[in-house]
Amino acid sequence: MSARLRSAGLPLATFVAFIALWEAVIRVLEVPPYLVPAPSAVASAFVNGFAEANYLGHAAITAFQAVAGFVAGSLLGLAIGTMVVVFPTAERIVYPYVVALQTVPKVAVAPLIIVWFGFGIESKIVIVALVSLFPVLVNVIAGLKAVDQDRLDLMSALSASRWQILRYLRLPNALPFIFAGLNTAIVFSVIGAIVGEFVGANKGIGFLILQANFSLDIAAAFALFVVLSIMGVTLHATLQWAQRRIVFWARAEEHFRS
Amino acid sequence: MASPAATGAALTIRDLGMVYRRGESAVEALAGLDLDIADREFVAIVGPSGCGKSTLLKLVTGLRPATSGAIMLYGRPVSGPRSDVGIVFQTPVLFPWRTVLDNVLLPADVLKLPRAEYTAKAKALLELVGLGGFENNYPQELSGGMQQRAAIARALVHDAPLLLMDEPFGALDAMTREQMNLELQRIWAASRKTVLFITHSIAEAVFLADRIVVMSARPGRIIDVIANPMPRLRSMDDTLAPEFARMVHHIRGLLGGTQTAAAL
Repeated sequence: MSARLRSAGLPLATFVAFIALWEAVIRVLEVPPYLVPAPSAVASAFVNGFAEANYLGHAAITAFQAVAGFVAGSLLGLAIGTMVVVFPTAERIVYPYVVALQTVPKVAVAPLIIVWFGFGIESKIVIVALVSLFPVLVNVIAGLKAVDQDRLDLMSALSASRWQILRYLRLPNALPFIFAGLNTAIVFSVIGAIVGEFVGANKGIGFLILQANFSLDIAAAFALFVVLSIMGVTLHATLQWAQRRIVFWARAEEHFRS
Repeated sequence: MASPAATGAALTIRDLGMVYRRGESAVEALAGLDLDIADREFVAIVGPSGCGKSTLLKLVTGLRPATSGAIMLYGRPVSGPRSDVGIVFQTPVLFPWRTVLDNVLLPADVLKLPRAEYTAKAKALLELVGLGGFENNYPQELSGGMQQRAAIARALVHDAPLLLMDEPFGALDAMTREQMNLELQRIWAASRKTVLFITHSIAEAVFLADRIVVMSARPGRIIDVIANPMPRLRSMDDTLAPEFARMVHHIRGLLGGTQTAAAL
């Protein structure tokens, strides 16, 4: 217990010291609040934002866009990746387009997507889906292909069909890889939602950050960064939680193979 | 044990040859191999590493096509993987996302056999291999020897009459290996399977088999086939018997002492 307290205590103490130092530097050097706000100002902007500026509502919209786009992009990545591995011909036809699409920065495409899908949440979901698609797709393909020859021999010796090999061997075998892709995609998804809101929106945290910047309300911008961090950490932790339950064997894998 | 002719051959191999080609070079792994294995017979194959033992097994499973010759299994030529064969590999090859019971049921799932019926059978087999009570554990929670027992149960679950074993105990420590040899003999006696067992341990081959096939280094050829007349079930004390030592000595002589010093 004391060891656990100590392990949590050190980062916490460092954090408190950092905030105190920051506050002191701002006050002693009289840094103007439109450049860098004091932590106390950020805290009050945070509280005010939730009390008066409906941060919660905006955060919910951004989070919904991120999650919906993440789910859509991941499912698409899973479907395309599976198809590409099961039908090698499809890989030669589809994959060049996917790589070409990936080399175009999504930020560059975002204005076009706003034109096509409007100012509402649909365009943000499309942008997030595009951003999440690639990390999932790459890992699905890698995971489905990374099968031990012994395991394939076992399935072949049982005359397993291509689909049975996919269902009983390749898909479960790919799950640790797929989760690695999902972990990248969930981080990208929040970035994608914010980029979409920057380009054109009238709701969401990205929209509020732009507003705060235009009015030089830097304390509010910092408070919104905190909201984004909380959102990102929560999404990431949720995914980690799911991963530990679904891919329960992955940590033991190395030991098991030896 | 009865001769092949008396009970009908389970496996007939005629003039089998295998050449691996990689670019310009070609390696002859097997040459002119003839072998008959009777139903319910336990045959072990010993030979130095690289003598084509594992190649022979891959050809019998139908996982690779032979370059020349023929393999007949229960009267039908082997042209691809067959469901009348159960295989135990060098490593357990269990799926870590399936419980021990579900791993044993994998052949039933793939061959679309009724799960309810085969679940009872799989549980009985787990009892037979000494893994009763471990049905719901995951393979990574078991020791290496226990994992290999689960792999044996999996090879037996779909009632294949022929069991192919490719150095199944090679990765185990000496004590566990001895234990597994006793267990395998018991399982073989209880299940009445035909077994083709590949090993590089002369003592293991003599202890387990009715007949021991001795192979030469590349290209793999059969040097001699030795019948082991010692009665079943054999115990570890039988390995101290003079005739056991005589067979081991004879086989070691055939293989050349230097190559096999490490194998025993």
